[in-house]
Formats: sequence, C-alpha cells, structure tokens
Amino acid sequence: MSNLLEIDSLVTSFSTKKGMVDAVRGVTLRVKKGKTTVILGESGSGKSVMLRSILRLTQRGSNVAGSVRLEGEDLLGKSPKEMVAIRGNRVAMIFQDALSALDPLYRVGDQLKETIRAHHKVGRREAKDRVIELFRKVGIPSPEERVHAYPHEMSGGMRQRAVIAMALGCRPDLLLADEPTTALDVTIQAQILRLFKELQAEFGMSIVLVTHDIGVAAEMADEVAVMYAGKIVEYGSAEEVLTRPMHPYTAGLIAATPQSKQTGRLSTIPGQPPLITEMPPGCAFAQRCPYAESRCTESVPDYVSAGRSQQAACFQLAGRERYAQ
Amino acid sequence: MATNVQSIVPDAASAASLPKQPSQAAERWRAFCRRRAALVALVILAAIVLACIAAPWLSPYDPYAGNVKERLLPVGSAGHLLGTDEQGRDLLTRILYGGRLSLLSGIVPVIIAVILGGGLGIIAGYFKGIINTLIMRTLDILFSFPAILLAIGISASLGPGISNIMISATIVFIPPIARIAETAVKEVKKEEYIEAALSSGAGTGLIIRFHVVNNIFSRLFVYSTTQIGICLMLASGLSFLGLGVSPPTPEWGFMLNNLKQVIFIDPIVTIVPGIFIFVTSLALNIVSDALSDVLDSKG
Repeated sequence: MSNLLEIDSLVTSFSTKKGMVDAVRGVTLRVKKGKTTVILGESGSGKSVMLRSILRLTQRGSNVAGSVRLEGEDLLGKSPKEMVAIRGNRVAMIFQDALSALDPLYRVGDQLKETIRAHHKVGRREAKDRVIELFRKVGIPSPEERVHAYPHEMSGGMRQRAVIAMALGCRPDLLLADEPTTALDVTIQAQILRLFKELQAEFGMSIVLVTHDIGVAAEMADEVAVMYAGKIVEYGSAEEVLTRPMHPYTAGLIAATPQSKQTGRLSTIPGQPPLITEMPPGCAFAQRCPYAESRCTESVPDYVSAGRSQQAACFQLAGRERYAQ
Repeated sequence: MATNVQSIVPDAASAASLPKQPSQAAERWRAFCRRRAALVALVILAAIVLACIAAPWLSPYDPYAGNVKERLLPVGSAGHLLGTDEQGRDLLTRILYGGRLSLLSGIVPVIIAVILGGGLGIIAGYFKGIINTLIMRTLDILFSFPAILLAIGISASLGPGISNIMISATIVFIPPIARIAETAVKEVKKEEYIEAALSSGAGTGLIIRFHVVNNIFSRLFVYSTTQIGICLMLASGLSFLGLGVSPPTPEWGFMLNNLKQVIFIDPIVTIVPGIFIFVTSLALNIVSDALSDVLDSKG
C-alpha cells in the first residue's frame, strides 16, 4: 500500500501580538491510497488548521513549515499558481457548514459549473451535464431541477450533498473533509457518511476526515490520528486505536463517549487544553493526565510503537502495556 | 455502484419538484409598493424623467427662441403653463430640455464613481496590506475636503462646462463609494464560500468576478442611489455658480442663475427651476430610502 499524502513535521504558526504562535506543532502523517484517515481531537487542537495547511489555505501572516508531499510532489514548495491548479482538482476540501460554503447569490448548479470550468476547458452545456451527473452520484433527487435551486431552497443534508458534489467535480485523488457532518442531524449524518464510503469505493480516492466525534471515526476510519494541542498524540489503525488506546488522552476521550447502556455520570477529562500561547515545556497533556509524573512536565515524550501500526507519544508506555478503558 | 448510491436517496417524496416560491424581485417590489410615499415619489420621478426625454414631442416651443413681447409671463398664463423667462422663452419647455442635462449630471457621475470607486474599493479590500494603505489613504485625502469645496476647486481648475462638472462630481463621489466597497469586500472575504472557492481551485480573478462583485453590489447600489439626489444638487449648484453650461443651453441650475436677475419683478417664475431641483432630489431621496429598506431587509 503506497502513500498518497505524506506530511512530515508540519508546523503552522500564526503571527500574533505576542509573536509567532504555533497552532500545529510538528505533525507527521501518512495517508494511504484509497483509505480514510480520521483526525480526531477536541476544539482548538489544530485539526482544522492542519487540514488547511495541506492546501496552504491558512490565513495571511501564517507560516507553514515542514513538508507536505502529494504523490512525492512537495506542495509547500509550489507557487501560488501551481497550488490553484491542485486545489479542487487533485485535492478537494469540504467544509463543516454547507450553507455558508455556498454563495447565496448563485444557483447551486452554477457554482459547481464554476469549479469544473475553472479546471477543465469544457463548454457550458457539457459542464451542466457533468453537474447533473454529479448530483445524481451524490444522491440528490431530481438533479435536473435541483441544479437551478438556490442554496436557501435546499435542506441541510441536500446542501452538504451539493458541496460534496462540488468537491468531487474534478475527481480528486484526495478529499479533505473538515467536520462535514457536524452541522447535520444524526440520520442525515449517517446518510452522508455512507455516501462518502460509496463514493470512495467508486472513485478510489483517499479521505482525510476531521471530526471530534468518536462515533464518526469508528464508522469511517481505516486509520485514526488523535490530535491534542497541535500534535498527533496517537496514531494507528482504527481498530487498534479505538479499541485499545495507548495514550491516556485517547483513553480519556473514549471513556467520555456516551454509551447506550450508560448509567451514572459520564466520565470526563478534567481541566482544559493548554493555550497555544502558553505551551508547557513537557507533554502538553501532563496537566490533565492522571498518570503524569515529574518527567512528563519536563520533557516532550517520543513516539513509542505498539501493536502492528500503533504509535503514541507517552512516557508511561514503556512500563505499562495499555491504559484500560 | 451508481445504483447503489441512488438507493440511499432519503425518500421519494422529497424528489418532487421544487416548491414554486414567489420570486424575490416580486416580493421586494410588493414591499416597495407598501411604502406609499415612495410609490408617489417614484411616479413623480418617472413623470419628470419621461417628460424630459420626450420634451421635443411634448412642447410646441423652441427652448432657445425668445419672444420679446412675452417676457416674464406669470405662471399659469395661457399657452405658457409655467410662464416665460426673462427673454420670453417658454419656461416649461426650457425646464424639460434643461432637465435632460440636469438629470444626466446627477446620474452619470454616480455611475462612473461606482465603477471607479467600487473597483478601487474591491482592490483595496481584497488585497489589504500596502495596496490597501496606498489606495485608502489617498482617498482619505480627497475625503478630508468638504465635498462642495472640492467640487468647486476641481471645476474651477478644469474650466466651465457640463462635462467638467460631471468630472468633478465623480471625483467627489469616489472616496465614499470606495470606502463602502472596501468594507463590504472585507466582510465578504471572511465568508466560507470564498474559502470553499479557494479550496476548489478558483483563482483571485474568478473569485472577485464571481463572488465578491455580486455580493457587494446590492450594498453599493443602495448607497449610490442615495447619492444621485445629492449629486443632482451638487451639479446644479456648480452650474448656478456659472461653472456649467454656457448661456443659451437650458440647465436647471444655470436657469436659476439667470432668473435671479428678475427675482424682484417676478419671484414666482424665478423659483420654478429651483422647485424642480428640489422636487426631483427629494423624490430621489425618498425612493432610494425605500429601496435601501427593501433591499437591506435580507442581508
């Protein structure tokens, strides 16, 4: 299995009044061809910033360092013009809020045509046929009529399907999805996730899905990367990471997920993630970690391997097999 | 596989055709009509504009030919509805012919200012940084002069002439319009559909043309309609000062200037052009006010 996307020690920093602040602090990640990698983490852990860094879509005044290679090509070394040719064409992105990701002034079909025509020299008629075909692919009913609808005339699930159709417009190799189902209710969420899987099987694309929902991760992921405070703290196959977490943070997250047979209070992780402006010198999770000892607050732990593919950054792992749930 | 995807379509019921909604334009027109004052103002405005356009067919008189025997006939005289001016020319005829220039000098500068100022504002708002500073601070310099003083200054240095009035009025209206465009662009740029467009590989030119221009247009449009009335007053004012048309040509502001000589002989006839300036700009303001209410109601 070869890697489609290879990210190495990616650091994304923003200039603030207090100087440069790192939102992503050295992420290394492999995305395999035709597989789904889920980035799991809580708000502010740098998931979204990392995703945008891949396409170099971070805001002005930010700096992306490290290396991002798409099939061996370094994306960070590309000129802005070359990036325009890659965005939407080889790598597409889907956003959380489908309503605000569509321009309210244009018919949805016209916005899709814009994307297709930006990358391929096709006529209006052909672009329209392509759009109708895409709408059919993503399961939008009566696509011939829906292409003429405005975003506000569609339901949330329908809009997200349209956004997915837009992303698929040029058959990308890699689809980046930033919490694509967070704004949807659970039944629509299940439909959309199923759609992702079916489209992946059909087109053979890789998906990087950012979510804070462990249920979504369990549903979708081949590989899971858990992010905390701008770093990946645990990485591995979904089965390994979600059933036998190594890192105390992952274990805490899973323990904090409500179960259907749950009785009593839900377990929580005490405290809050450190502010990115005041990052502690040692392990970023140490302040909240039930197993923390003095070395945790002094130096940053390296990745320790376990299982077939699993890796986690924690000092405790040498002595302890796993943290039981 | 495609059939498989089809199977997850929510339900057949939602596959029915889109509900037919009344178009937004129709809804807004109805909202506009609910404002009685605005409707009346619109009718008056339309009447004035149409009458000015149709002046040669409406009036039997030549706007340039005077009649010495019929000088300064009062308003309501037989054959001369609004009386005659100091050279015996039919005042209504001259008002209608003069309105063509006056209305034009109220509208044209605003349109040009929207194109130029809007363009500058879009560039400044979209690119930020040094480009923004250069454009906006330069415009701030123009902004710091009182509008009428700036217009007189430019007109005076360009010399008299209706086109020079329009040029100076255009320059006066560019800074505020650019400022509004810049602010609107900055807001639109934060919208997620811009990010979505970027992530799907749209270049700067496409984003500006497709998303930015159209999304700020309604705001620019609303603001600039309020400026037409002001521009009409400004242009008439400059004309009154003698910076506009040369004598035989009718133009409201300049007619006012000519007739002021006879203000003690026939004050009513004297203020007729003034009344037209007043009514037109008032109607413009009422209409644009209602327009901004109606158009702003939804984002």
